[in-house]
Amino acid sequence: MELKDLVIQKLNDKFKDVNFEFVEYRNELTIIFDKKNIVDVCKFLKDDGDLQFNLCEDVTAIDWAKPKNRFTIVYHIFSLKNNFRLSLKSNVDESDCSIDTVSSIWKTADWEEREVYDMYGIKFNNHPDLRRMYMPEDFEYHPLRKDFPLMGIPGSLPLPKK
Amino acid sequence: MQKLTKDDVHPKIVEALLRADTNITIEDALENEMILNMGPQHPATHGVLRLLLRLDGETIMACVPELGYLHRGYEKMAENMSYYEFVPHTDRLDYLAPLANNVAYVLAVEKLAGIEVPPRAQYIRMMVAELARIASHLVAMGALAMDVGALTIFLWTLREREKILDIWDILCGARFTNSYTRIGGVANDAQPEALAKVKWFIDQFDEKLEECERLLNTNRIFIERLEGIGVVSSEDAIDLGLTGPNLRGSGVEFDLRRATPYLFYNEMDFKVITHKEGDSLARYFVRVDEAYESAKIVRQILDKMPQGETMANQPKKVLPKKAEVYSKMEELIHDFMIINFGINPPVGEIYSAVENPKGELGFYLVSKGEGHPWKCKIRSPSFVNLQAIPHLVKGHMISDVVAIVGSLDPVMGEADK
Repeated sequence: MELKDLVIQKLNDKFKDVNFEFVEYRNELTIIFDKKNIVDVCKFLKDDGDLQFNLCEDVTAIDWAKPKNRFTIVYHIFSLKNNFRLSLKSNVDESDCSIDTVSSIWKTADWEEREVYDMYGIKFNNHPDLRRMYMPEDFEYHPLRKDFPLMGIPGSLPLPKK
Repeated sequence: MQKLTKDDVHPKIVEALLRADTNITIEDALENEMILNMGPQHPATHGVLRLLLRLDGETIMACVPELGYLHRGYEKMAENMSYYEFVPHTDRLDYLAPLANNVAYVLAVEKLAGIEVPPRAQYIRMMVAELARIASHLVAMGALAMDVGALTIFLWTLREREKILDIWDILCGARFTNSYTRIGGVANDAQPEALAKVKWFIDQFDEKLEECERLLNTNRIFIERLEGIGVVSSEDAIDLGLTGPNLRGSGVEFDLRRATPYLFYNEMDFKVITHKEGDSLARYFVRVDEAYESAKIVRQILDKMPQGETMANQPKKVLPKKAEVYSKMEELIHDFMIINFGINPPVGEIYSAVENPKGELGFYLVSKGEGHPWKCKIRSPSFVNLQAIPHLVKGHMISDVVAIVGSLDPVMGEADK
Protein backbone atom coordinates (compact mmCIF):
# COMPACT_ATOMS: atom_id res chain seq x y z
CA MET A 1 0.00 0.00 0.00
CA GLU A 2 1.23 3.48 -0.76
CA LEU A 3 2.03 5.62 2.20
CA LYS A 4 -0.54 8.23 1.20
CA ASP A 5 -3.32 5.66 1.45
CA LEU A 6 -1.87 4.30 4.67
CA VAL A 7 -1.94 7.75 6.30
CA ILE A 8 -5.53 8.30 5.17
CA GLN A 9 -6.66 4.89 6.33
CA LYS A 10 -4.94 5.09 9.71
CA LEU A 11 -6.32 8.55 10.46
CA ASN A 12 -9.84 7.52 9.50
CA ASP A 13 -9.62 4.40 11.66
CA LYS A 14 -8.18 6.14 14.68
CA PHE A 15 -10.24 9.35 14.68
CA LYS A 16 -13.74 8.24 13.73
CA ASP A 17 -15.48 11.41 14.86
CA VAL A 18 -13.11 13.88 13.18
CA ASN A 19 -13.93 15.27 9.77
CA PHE A 20 -10.81 14.96 7.65
CA GLU A 21 -10.52 16.51 4.24
CA PHE A 22 -7.75 15.09 2.07
CA VAL A 23 -6.37 17.17 -0.77
CA GLU A 24 -3.67 16.14 -3.19
CA TYR A 25 -1.91 18.73 -5.31
CA ARG A 26 1.30 18.27 -7.28
CA ASN A 27 1.96 15.00 -5.52
CA GLU A 28 1.68 16.48 -2.03
CA LEU A 29 -0.89 15.31 0.47
CA THR A 30 -2.63 17.92 2.62
CA ILE A 31 -4.99 17.09 5.47
CA ILE A 32 -7.48 19.68 6.68
CA PHE A 33 -9.32 19.26 9.96
CA ASP A 34 -10.71 21.14 12.93
CA LYS A 35 -8.28 22.99 15.16
CA LYS A 36 -9.45 21.38 18.40
CA ASN A 37 -7.97 18.03 17.31
CA ILE A 38 -4.57 19.37 16.34
CA VAL A 39 -2.61 18.05 19.32
CA ASP A 40 -4.15 14.56 19.23
CA VAL A 41 -3.65 14.13 15.49
CA CYS A 42 -0.05 15.40 15.61
CA LYS A 43 0.79 13.15 18.52
CA PHE A 44 -0.66 10.17 16.71
CA LEU A 45 1.21 10.93 13.50
CA LYS A 46 4.49 11.24 15.37
CA ASP A 47 4.15 8.21 17.64
CA ASP A 48 2.64 5.70 15.23
CA GLY A 49 5.22 3.04 14.45
CA ASP A 50 4.57 2.87 10.70
CA LEU A 51 4.35 6.60 10.10
CA GLN A 52 6.82 8.30 12.48
CA PHE A 53 6.51 11.89 11.36
CA ASN A 54 9.31 12.91 13.67
CA LEU A 55 10.63 16.05 11.96
CA CYS A 56 8.49 19.17 12.07
CA GLU A 57 9.81 21.25 9.22
CA ASP A 58 7.66 24.30 9.36
CA VAL A 59 4.73 25.97 11.04
CA THR A 60 3.21 28.97 9.37
CA ALA A 61 -0.08 30.74 8.80
CA ILE A 62 -1.96 32.21 5.85
CA ASP A 63 -4.09 35.33 6.14
CA TRP A 64 -6.96 34.99 3.67
CA ALA A 65 -8.31 38.47 4.48
CA LYS A 66 -11.91 37.27 4.68
CA PRO A 67 -14.47 37.58 7.48
CA LYS A 68 -14.95 33.90 8.33
CA ASN A 69 -12.01 31.60 9.04
CA ARG A 70 -9.56 34.38 8.33
CA PHE A 71 -6.40 32.40 9.12
CA THR A 72 -5.17 28.96 8.22
CA ILE A 73 -2.34 27.40 10.19
CA VAL A 74 -0.13 25.12 8.10
CA TYR A 75 2.23 22.48 9.47
CA HIS A 76 4.74 20.66 7.30
CA ILE A 77 5.94 17.45 8.86
CA PHE A 78 8.35 14.90 7.51
CA SER A 79 8.88 11.24 8.21
CA LEU A 80 12.57 10.36 8.18
CA LYS A 81 11.69 6.68 8.10
CA ASN A 82 9.52 6.87 4.99
CA ASN A 83 10.95 10.02 3.38
CA PHE A 84 7.46 11.38 3.14
CA ARG A 85 6.18 14.92 3.63
CA LEU A 86 2.72 15.79 4.86
CA SER A 87 0.92 19.10 5.29
CA LEU A 88 -1.65 19.63 8.01
CA LYS A 89 -4.04 22.55 7.97
CA SER A 90 -6.47 24.04 10.42
CA ASN A 91 -8.62 27.12 10.13
CA VAL A 92 -8.60 29.77 12.84
CA ASP A 93 -11.28 32.40 13.07
CA GLU A 94 -10.42 35.96 13.95
CA SER A 95 -12.95 36.09 16.80
CA ASP A 96 -11.21 33.18 18.54
CA CYS A 97 -7.66 33.81 17.40
CA SER A 98 -5.92 30.91 19.10
CA ILE A 99 -4.91 27.29 18.61
CA ASP A 100 -3.26 24.71 20.85
CA THR A 101 0.50 24.51 20.71
CA VAL A 102 2.30 21.47 19.32
CA SER A 103 5.63 22.48 20.86
CA SER A 104 5.26 19.66 23.40
CA ILE A 105 5.34 17.19 20.48
CA TRP A 106 8.09 18.76 18.39
CA LYS A 107 10.46 21.20 20.11
CA THR A 108 11.03 22.89 16.75
CA ALA A 109 7.50 24.24 16.85
CA ASP A 110 8.45 26.48 19.78
CA TRP A 111 10.14 29.19 17.74
CA GLU A 112 8.06 28.59 14.65
CA GLU A 113 4.92 29.29 16.66
CA ARG A 114 6.47 32.35 18.21
CA GLU A 115 7.13 33.61 14.71
CA VAL A 116 3.51 33.01 13.70
CA TYR A 117 2.35 34.81 16.84
CA ASP A 118 4.65 37.73 16.03
CA MET A 119 3.64 38.00 12.40
CA TYR A 120 -0.09 37.17 12.56
CA GLY A 121 -1.12 37.63 16.17
CA ILE A 122 -2.46 34.11 16.56
CA LYS A 123 -2.12 32.94 20.15
CA PHE A 124 -0.89 29.43 20.92
CA ASN A 125 -2.52 28.01 24.04
CA ASN A 126 -0.16 26.38 26.56
CA HIS A 127 2.93 27.62 24.73
CA PRO A 128 5.88 27.69 27.18
CA ASP A 129 7.34 31.02 26.11
CA LEU A 130 5.07 33.00 23.81
CA ARG A 131 7.04 36.16 23.06
CA ARG A 132 7.62 38.00 19.82
CA MET A 133 10.29 36.51 17.61
CA TYR A 134 11.53 39.34 15.39
CA MET A 135 9.69 42.52 16.25
CA PRO A 136 10.34 44.47 19.46
CA GLU A 137 8.28 43.35 22.44
CA ASP A 138 6.24 46.56 22.65
CA PHE A 139 5.35 46.68 18.95
CA GLU A 140 1.57 46.79 18.63
CA TYR A 141 0.91 45.39 15.16
CA HIS A 142 1.34 42.10 13.33
CA PRO A 143 3.24 42.80 10.11
CA LEU A 144 2.24 39.87 7.92
CA ARG A 145 -1.48 40.47 8.30
CA LYS A 146 -2.89 41.69 5.03
CA ASP A 147 -4.22 44.90 6.60
CA PHE A 148 -0.72 45.97 7.65
CA PRO A 149 0.65 48.29 4.94
CA LEU A 150 3.83 47.36 3.09
CA MET A 151 5.53 50.64 3.99
CA GLY A 152 4.82 50.14 7.68
CA ILE A 153 3.03 52.47 10.05
CA PRO A 154 4.92 55.70 10.74
CA GLY A 155 5.71 56.15 14.40
CA SER A 156 4.99 52.55 15.35
CA LEU A 157 8.67 51.81 15.95
CA PRO A 158 10.18 54.37 18.32
CA LEU A 159 13.69 55.46 17.43
CA PRO A 160 16.36 55.13 20.11
CA LYS A 161 16.81 58.17 22.33
CA LYS A 162 19.84 60.31 21.62
CA MET B 1 32.09 48.80 32.32
CA GLN B 2 28.49 49.94 32.23
CA LYS B 3 25.78 47.97 33.93
CA LEU B 4 22.84 46.65 31.97
CA THR B 5 19.70 48.65 32.67
CA LYS B 6 16.03 48.05 32.07
CA ASP B 7 16.25 49.90 28.78
CA ASP B 8 18.83 47.46 27.44
CA VAL B 9 17.01 44.26 28.25
CA HIS B 10 13.26 44.07 27.97
CA PRO B 11 11.65 42.78 31.20
CA LYS B 12 10.03 39.90 29.31
CA ILE B 13 13.45 38.63 28.17
CA VAL B 14 14.77 38.72 31.72
CA GLU B 15 11.67 36.88 32.82
CA ALA B 16 12.20 34.19 30.16
CA LEU B 17 15.80 33.89 31.24
CA LEU B 18 14.97 33.47 34.89
CA ARG B 19 12.08 31.12 34.19
CA ALA B 20 14.16 28.79 32.00
CA ASP B 21 14.41 25.53 33.85
CA THR B 22 17.96 24.59 34.61
CA ASN B 23 19.27 21.46 36.16
CA ILE B 24 22.85 22.62 36.51
CA THR B 25 24.17 22.49 40.03
CA ILE B 26 27.61 23.64 40.92
CA GLU B 27 29.51 22.81 44.02
CA ASP B 28 30.85 25.91 45.67
CA ALA B 29 28.49 28.16 43.75
CA LEU B 30 29.00 31.86 43.83
CA GLU B 31 26.64 33.93 45.89
CA ASN B 32 24.88 35.67 43.05
CA GLU B 33 23.96 34.86 39.50
CA MET B 34 24.78 37.26 36.74
CA ILE B 35 23.17 38.12 33.42
CA LEU B 36 25.60 38.69 30.57
CA ASN B 37 24.68 40.27 27.29
CA MET B 38 26.54 38.88 24.25
CA GLY B 39 25.98 40.60 20.95
CA PRO B 40 24.32 41.80 18.77
CA GLN B 41 27.66 43.43 17.94
CA HIS B 42 30.11 40.65 18.71
CA PRO B 43 32.72 39.28 16.32
CA ALA B 44 31.98 35.66 17.17
CA THR B 45 28.20 35.66 16.82
CA HIS B 46 28.42 35.62 12.99
CA GLY B 47 26.28 38.67 12.47
CA VAL B 48 23.72 40.35 14.64
CA LEU B 49 22.78 37.50 16.94
CA ARG B 50 22.17 38.49 20.53
CA LEU B 51 22.49 35.99 23.32
CA LEU B 52 21.54 36.68 26.91
CA LEU B 53 23.33 34.36 29.26
CA ARG B 54 22.48 33.62 32.87
CA LEU B 55 25.73 32.78 34.56
CA ASP B 56 26.85 31.33 37.79
CA GLY B 57 30.53 32.11 37.92
CA GLU B 58 31.55 31.22 34.40
CA THR B 59 29.07 28.40 33.93
CA ILE B 60 25.99 29.00 31.82
CA MET B 61 22.76 28.22 33.59
CA ALA B 62 20.40 29.36 30.87
CA CYS B 63 20.50 31.18 27.59
CA VAL B 64 17.90 33.16 25.64
CA PRO B 65 18.73 34.12 22.04
CA GLU B 66 17.21 37.30 20.66
CA LEU B 67 16.67 37.53 16.92
CA GLY B 68 15.33 40.19 14.64
CA TYR B 69 18.15 42.69 14.36
CA LEU B 70 18.37 42.00 10.62
CA HIS B 71 14.67 41.45 10.01
CA ARG B 72 13.88 42.99 6.64
CA GLY B 73 10.43 41.51 6.15
CA TYR B 74 11.18 39.52 2.99
CA GLU B 75 8.01 37.49 3.35
CA LYS B 76 5.93 40.67 3.32
CA MET B 77 7.88 42.00 0.35
CA ALA B 78 7.43 38.74 -1.56
CA GLU B 79 3.65 39.09 -1.25
CA ASN B 80 3.88 42.46 -2.94
CA MET B 81 6.08 41.70 -5.93
CA SER B 82 5.98 39.31 -8.86
CA TYR B 83 7.67 35.93 -8.77
CA TYR B 84 10.46 37.19 -11.02
CA GLU B 85 11.21 40.21 -8.89
CA PHE B 86 11.90 38.14 -5.81
CA VAL B 87 14.87 36.23 -7.27
CA PRO B 88 17.47 38.92 -6.38
CA HIS B 89 16.13 39.04 -2.83
CA THR B 90 16.92 35.38 -2.29
CA ASP B 91 20.60 36.28 -2.70
CA ARG B 92 20.37 38.20 0.54
CA LEU B 93 19.10 35.30 2.62
CA ASP B 94 22.12 33.06 3.04
CA TYR B 95 24.63 35.50 1.61
CA LEU B 96 27.48 32.99 1.78
CA ALA B 97 25.78 30.72 -0.76
CA PRO B 98 23.54 33.02 -2.84
CA LEU B 99 23.36 30.65 -5.80
CA ALA B 100 21.98 27.82 -3.71
CA ASN B 101 19.13 30.10 -2.59
CA ASN B 102 18.43 31.16 -6.18
CA VAL B 103 18.13 27.53 -7.18
CA ALA B 104 15.87 26.71 -4.23
CA TYR B 105 13.48 29.55 -5.01
CA VAL B 106 13.13 28.96 -8.73
CA LEU B 107 12.59 25.24 -8.15
CA ALA B 108 9.68 26.14 -5.87
CA VAL B 109 8.14 28.52 -8.40
CA GLU B 110 8.58 26.01 -11.21
CA LYS B 111 6.85 23.36 -9.15
CA LEU B 112 3.98 25.77 -8.48
CA ALA B 113 3.65 26.89 -12.09
CA GLY B 114 4.42 23.51 -13.63
CA ILE B 115 7.39 24.50 -15.77
CA GLU B 116 9.68 21.86 -17.28
CA VAL B 117 13.29 22.96 -17.37
CA PRO B 118 15.78 21.67 -19.97
CA PRO B 119 18.43 19.26 -18.65
CA ARG B 120 21.42 21.48 -19.39
CA ALA B 121 19.98 24.24 -17.23
CA GLN B 122 19.35 21.73 -14.44
CA TYR B 123 22.95 20.52 -14.65
CA ILE B 124 24.27 24.07 -14.49
CA ARG B 125 22.07 24.73 -11.47
CA MET B 126 23.36 21.62 -9.78
CA MET B 127 26.94 22.68 -10.49
CA VAL B 128 26.53 26.18 -9.04
CA ALA B 129 24.65 24.83 -6.03
CA GLU B 130 27.50 22.46 -5.24
CA LEU B 131 30.11 25.19 -5.73
CA ALA B 132 28.04 27.32 -3.35
CA ARG B 133 28.12 24.49 -0.85
CA ILE B 134 31.91 24.30 -1.08
CA ALA B 135 32.22 28.08 -0.68
CA SER B 136 29.90 28.12 2.31
CA HIS B 137 31.63 25.22 4.04
CA LEU B 138 35.02 26.84 3.48
CA VAL B 139 33.85 29.97 5.26
CA ALA B 140 32.26 27.92 8.02
CA MET B 141 35.51 26.03 8.52
CA GLY B 142 37.66 29.16 8.57
CA ALA B 143 35.30 31.12 10.79
CA LEU B 144 35.01 28.31 13.32
CA ALA B 145 38.79 28.02 13.52
CA MET B 146 39.09 31.77 13.91
CA ASP B 147 36.48 31.77 16.66
CA VAL B 148 38.56 29.34 18.69
CA GLY B 149 41.78 31.20 18.00
CA ALA B 150 43.42 29.75 14.88
CA LEU B 151 43.65 32.75 12.57
CA THR B 152 45.75 31.41 9.69
CA ILE B 153 43.21 28.90 8.45
CA PHE B 154 40.62 31.61 7.82
CA LEU B 155 42.95 33.24 5.30
CA TRP B 156 43.64 29.89 3.63
CA THR B 157 40.00 28.90 3.21
CA LEU B 158 39.02 32.37 2.02
CA ARG B 159 41.77 32.14 -0.59
CA GLU B 160 40.12 28.97 -1.92
CA ARG B 161 36.68 30.58 -1.79
CA GLU B 162 38.00 33.51 -3.78
CA LYS B 163 38.60 31.12 -6.69
CA ILE B 164 34.94 30.09 -6.59
CA LEU B 165 33.89 33.74 -6.57
CA ASP B 166 36.07 34.25 -9.65
CA ILE B 167 34.21 31.40 -11.38
CA TRP B 168 30.89 33.05 -10.53
CA ASP B 169 32.24 36.31 -11.88
CA ILE B 170 32.81 34.72 -15.30
CA LEU B 171 29.59 32.71 -15.14
CA CYS B 172 27.11 35.39 -14.16
CA GLY B 173 28.96 38.66 -14.01
CA ALA B 174 28.75 39.04 -10.25
CA ARG B 175 30.90 37.69 -7.50
CA PHE B 176 28.53 37.89 -4.61
CA THR B 177 24.84 38.60 -5.20
CA ASN B 178 24.53 36.53 -8.33
CA SER B 179 20.79 36.25 -9.18
CA TYR B 180 21.87 33.78 -11.83
CA THR B 181 18.84 31.53 -12.09
CA ARG B 182 15.65 32.48 -13.87
CA ILE B 183 12.24 30.88 -13.65
CA GLY B 184 12.50 28.26 -16.39
CA GLY B 185 16.26 28.08 -16.65
CA VAL B 186 19.41 30.09 -16.03
CA ALA B 187 20.26 33.63 -17.15
CA ASN B 188 22.91 32.56 -19.64
CA ASP B 189 24.59 29.40 -20.79
CA ALA B 190 27.78 28.36 -18.99
CA GLN B 191 30.66 29.67 -21.08
CA PRO B 192 33.48 27.26 -22.04
CA GLU B 193 35.99 29.38 -20.11
CA ALA B 194 33.83 29.18 -17.00
CA LEU B 195 33.59 25.39 -17.27
CA ALA B 196 37.35 25.19 -17.85
CA LYS B 197 37.90 27.23 -14.71
CA VAL B 198 35.56 24.99 -12.74
CA LYS B 199 37.56 21.99 -13.93
CA TRP B 200 40.82 23.63 -12.96
CA PHE B 201 39.44 24.55 -9.55
CA ILE B 202 38.08 21.08 -8.82
CA ASP B 203 41.35 19.43 -9.90
CA GLN B 204 43.41 21.35 -7.37
CA PHE B 205 40.75 21.60 -4.67
CA ASP B 206 41.25 18.29 -2.85
CA GLU B 207 44.91 18.96 -2.35
CA LYS B 208 44.31 22.48 -1.01
CA LEU B 209 41.58 21.34 1.35
CA GLU B 210 43.82 18.58 2.67
CA GLU B 211 46.42 21.24 3.38
CA CYS B 212 43.90 23.25 5.39
CA GLU B 213 42.70 20.14 7.13
CA ARG B 214 46.23 19.12 8.15
CA LEU B 215 46.67 22.48 9.79
CA LEU B 216 43.61 21.96 11.98
CA ASN B 217 43.36 18.24 12.58
CA THR B 218 46.79 18.12 14.17
CA ASN B 219 46.18 21.23 16.20
CA ARG B 220 45.71 20.19 19.79
CA ILE B 221 44.17 23.46 20.93
CA PHE B 222 41.60 23.34 18.14
CA ILE B 223 40.60 19.75 18.91
CA GLU B 224 40.38 20.31 22.63
CA ARG B 225 38.28 23.42 22.27
CA LEU B 226 35.70 21.47 20.24
CA GLU B 227 35.72 17.87 21.36
CA GLY B 228 32.77 17.02 23.59
CA ILE B 229 31.47 20.60 23.46
CA GLY B 230 27.81 21.13 22.64
CA VAL B 231 26.80 17.49 22.35
CA VAL B 232 23.37 16.79 20.94
CA SER B 233 22.01 13.26 20.62
CA SER B 234 20.36 12.11 17.41
CA GLU B 235 16.86 12.06 18.98
CA ASP B 236 17.28 15.56 20.36
CA ALA B 237 18.68 16.78 17.07
CA ILE B 238 15.58 15.61 15.19
CA ASP B 239 13.30 16.95 17.91
CA LEU B 240 14.99 20.36 17.76
CA GLY B 241 14.57 20.34 14.00
CA LEU B 242 18.24 20.56 13.11
CA THR B 243 18.93 19.90 9.46
CA GLY B 244 21.95 19.78 7.21
CA PRO B 245 25.48 19.20 8.56
CA ASN B 246 24.31 19.86 12.12
CA LEU B 247 21.89 16.93 11.98
CA ARG B 248 24.34 14.64 10.20
CA GLY B 249 26.93 15.51 12.84
CA SER B 250 24.65 13.69 15.27
CA GLY B 251 24.61 10.54 13.20
CA VAL B 252 21.29 10.92 11.40
CA GLU B 253 21.65 10.05 7.75
CA PHE B 254 19.26 12.59 6.32
CA ASP B 255 20.06 14.56 3.20
CA LEU B 256 17.29 15.95 1.01
CA ARG B 257 19.44 15.32 -2.06
CA ARG B 258 19.03 11.62 -1.25
CA ALA B 259 15.70 11.58 0.58
CA THR B 260 13.62 13.54 -1.94
CA PRO B 261 15.85 13.83 -5.03
CA TYR B 262 15.49 17.01 -7.06
CA LEU B 263 17.44 18.26 -10.11
CA PHE B 264 19.55 15.25 -11.17
CA TYR B 265 20.91 14.21 -7.78
CA ASN B 266 19.52 10.70 -8.20
CA GLU B 267 22.02 10.16 -11.03
CA MET B 268 24.98 11.36 -8.98
CA ASP B 269 27.21 9.11 -6.96
CA PHE B 270 27.95 10.64 -3.57
CA LYS B 271 28.06 9.63 0.05
CA VAL B 272 25.89 11.16 2.76
CA ILE B 273 28.46 12.03 5.40
CA THR B 274 27.56 11.31 9.00
CA HIS B 275 29.51 11.45 12.22
CA LYS B 276 27.91 10.01 15.26
CA GLU B 277 29.54 11.98 18.11
CA GLY B 278 27.19 14.97 17.88
CA ASP B 279 29.70 17.47 19.29
CA SER B 280 31.12 20.61 17.71
CA LEU B 281 34.08 18.69 16.31
CA ALA B 282 31.78 16.21 14.54
CA ARG B 283 29.87 19.06 12.91
CA TYR B 284 33.16 20.48 11.67
CA PHE B 285 34.23 17.10 10.27
CA VAL B 286 30.91 16.70 8.45
CA ARG B 287 31.41 20.03 6.71
CA VAL B 288 34.94 19.23 5.59
CA ASP B 289 33.99 15.77 4.31
CA GLU B 290 30.98 17.21 2.54
CA ALA B 291 33.19 19.65 0.69
CA TYR B 292 35.11 16.66 -0.75
CA GLU B 293 31.84 15.01 -1.74
CA SER B 294 30.62 18.19 -3.41
CA ALA B 295 33.84 18.35 -5.41
CA LYS B 296 33.15 14.76 -6.46
CA ILE B 297 29.65 15.70 -7.61
CA VAL B 298 30.94 18.68 -9.59
CA ARG B 299 33.42 16.39 -11.35
CA GLN B 300 30.58 14.06 -12.39
CA ILE B 301 28.48 17.01 -13.52
CA LEU B 302 31.29 18.24 -15.78
CA ASP B 303 31.48 14.79 -17.38
CA LYS B 304 27.77 14.34 -17.84
CA MET B 305 26.58 17.84 -18.72
CA PRO B 306 24.51 17.63 -21.93
CA GLN B 307 24.36 20.27 -24.66
CA GLY B 308 21.17 22.11 -25.46
CA GLU B 309 18.88 24.90 -24.40
CA THR B 310 19.17 26.63 -21.04
CA MET B 311 15.70 28.16 -20.95
CA ALA B 312 12.34 26.40 -21.05
CA ASN B 313 10.23 27.00 -24.14
CA GLN B 314 7.05 28.26 -22.48
CA PRO B 315 6.65 31.81 -23.76
CA LYS B 316 3.76 32.71 -21.45
CA LYS B 317 5.72 31.88 -18.32
CA VAL B 318 9.39 32.31 -19.16
CA LEU B 319 10.98 35.66 -19.96
CA PRO B 320 12.27 35.86 -23.56
CA LYS B 321 15.83 36.82 -24.38
CA LYS B 322 16.49 40.55 -24.46
CA ALA B 323 17.78 40.57 -28.04
CA GLU B 324 14.56 38.96 -29.24
CA VAL B 325 12.39 41.39 -27.30
CA TYR B 326 13.87 44.24 -29.32
CA SER B 327 13.43 42.55 -32.69
CA LYS B 328 10.31 40.36 -32.55
CA MET B 329 6.70 41.34 -31.88
CA GLU B 330 5.59 38.11 -30.14
CA GLU B 331 8.46 38.25 -27.68
CA LEU B 332 7.82 41.91 -26.97
CA ILE B 333 4.20 41.12 -26.05
CA HIS B 334 5.19 38.24 -23.77
CA ASP B 335 7.88 40.32 -22.13
CA PHE B 336 5.36 43.11 -21.48
CA MET B 337 2.80 40.70 -20.03
CA ILE B 338 5.25 38.89 -17.77
CA ILE B 339 6.85 42.06 -16.47
CA ASN B 340 3.56 43.87 -15.87
CA PHE B 341 1.19 41.10 -14.85
CA GLY B 342 3.42 38.22 -13.80
CA ILE B 343 3.26 34.55 -14.63
CA ASN B 344 -0.01 33.75 -12.82
CA PRO B 345 0.52 30.16 -11.65
CA PRO B 346 -2.70 28.15 -11.15
CA VAL B 347 -4.49 28.37 -7.80
CA GLY B 348 -2.76 26.08 -5.36
CA GLU B 349 0.03 25.82 -2.85
CA ILE B 350 3.27 23.91 -2.69
CA TYR B 351 6.15 23.37 -0.33
CA SER B 352 9.49 22.79 -1.97
CA ALA B 353 12.66 22.14 0.00
CA VAL B 354 16.26 21.66 -1.04
CA GLU B 355 19.44 20.79 0.80
CA ASN B 356 21.28 24.07 1.24
CA PRO B 357 24.77 24.32 2.78
CA LYS B 358 23.18 25.27 6.11
CA GLY B 359 20.35 22.75 6.01
CA GLU B 360 16.89 22.47 4.60
CA LEU B 361 15.79 25.63 2.80
CA GLY B 362 12.09 25.44 2.03
CA PHE B 363 9.74 27.77 0.22
CA TYR B 364 6.03 27.54 0.87
CA LEU B 365 4.16 29.36 -1.88
CA VAL B 366 0.43 30.00 -2.03
CA SER B 367 -0.98 31.18 -5.33
CA LYS B 368 -4.42 32.66 -5.88
CA GLY B 369 -3.82 32.72 -9.63
CA GLU B 370 -2.36 36.21 -9.52
CA GLY B 371 0.98 37.57 -10.66
CA HIS B 372 2.35 37.76 -7.14
CA PRO B 373 2.24 35.07 -4.46
CA TRP B 374 -0.49 35.34 -1.86
CA LYS B 375 1.92 33.99 0.69
CA CYS B 376 5.59 33.13 0.59
CA LYS B 377 7.06 31.48 3.63
CA ILE B 378 10.79 30.95 3.83
CA ARG B 379 11.75 28.00 5.98
CA SER B 380 15.29 29.01 6.72
CA PRO B 381 17.68 26.44 8.15
CA SER B 382 19.70 28.90 10.24
CA PHE B 383 16.60 30.05 12.10
CA VAL B 384 15.70 26.54 13.17
CA ASN B 385 19.30 25.56 13.88
CA LEU B 386 19.72 28.54 16.21
CA GLN B 387 16.91 27.20 18.32
CA ALA B 388 19.30 24.52 19.55
CA ILE B 389 21.65 27.05 21.17
CA PRO B 390 19.99 27.20 24.63
CA HIS B 391 20.00 23.41 24.65
CA LEU B 392 23.65 23.15 23.58
CA VAL B 393 25.30 25.78 25.75
CA LYS B 394 23.74 24.79 29.05
CA GLY B 395 26.41 23.84 31.54
CA HIS B 396 29.33 24.99 29.40
CA MET B 397 31.66 27.95 29.87
CA ILE B 398 31.34 31.34 28.19
CA SER B 399 34.26 30.62 25.88
CA ASP B 400 32.48 27.48 24.63
CA VAL B 401 29.51 29.54 23.44
CA VAL B 402 31.75 30.95 20.74
CA ALA B 403 32.77 27.48 19.60
CA ILE B 404 29.18 26.20 19.64
CA VAL B 405 27.79 29.13 17.65
CA GLY B 406 30.64 28.71 15.17
CA SER B 407 30.00 25.00 14.79
CA LEU B 408 26.28 25.55 14.14
CA ASP B 409 27.28 27.96 11.36
CA PRO B 410 24.27 30.28 11.37
CA VAL B 411 23.88 33.12 8.89
CA MET B 412 21.79 35.90 10.32
CA GLY B 413 20.62 37.16 6.94
CA GLU B 414 18.74 33.91 6.63
CA ALA B 415 17.68 33.48 10.25
CA ASP B 416 16.14 36.95 10.38
CA LYS B 417 14.73 36.92 6.87
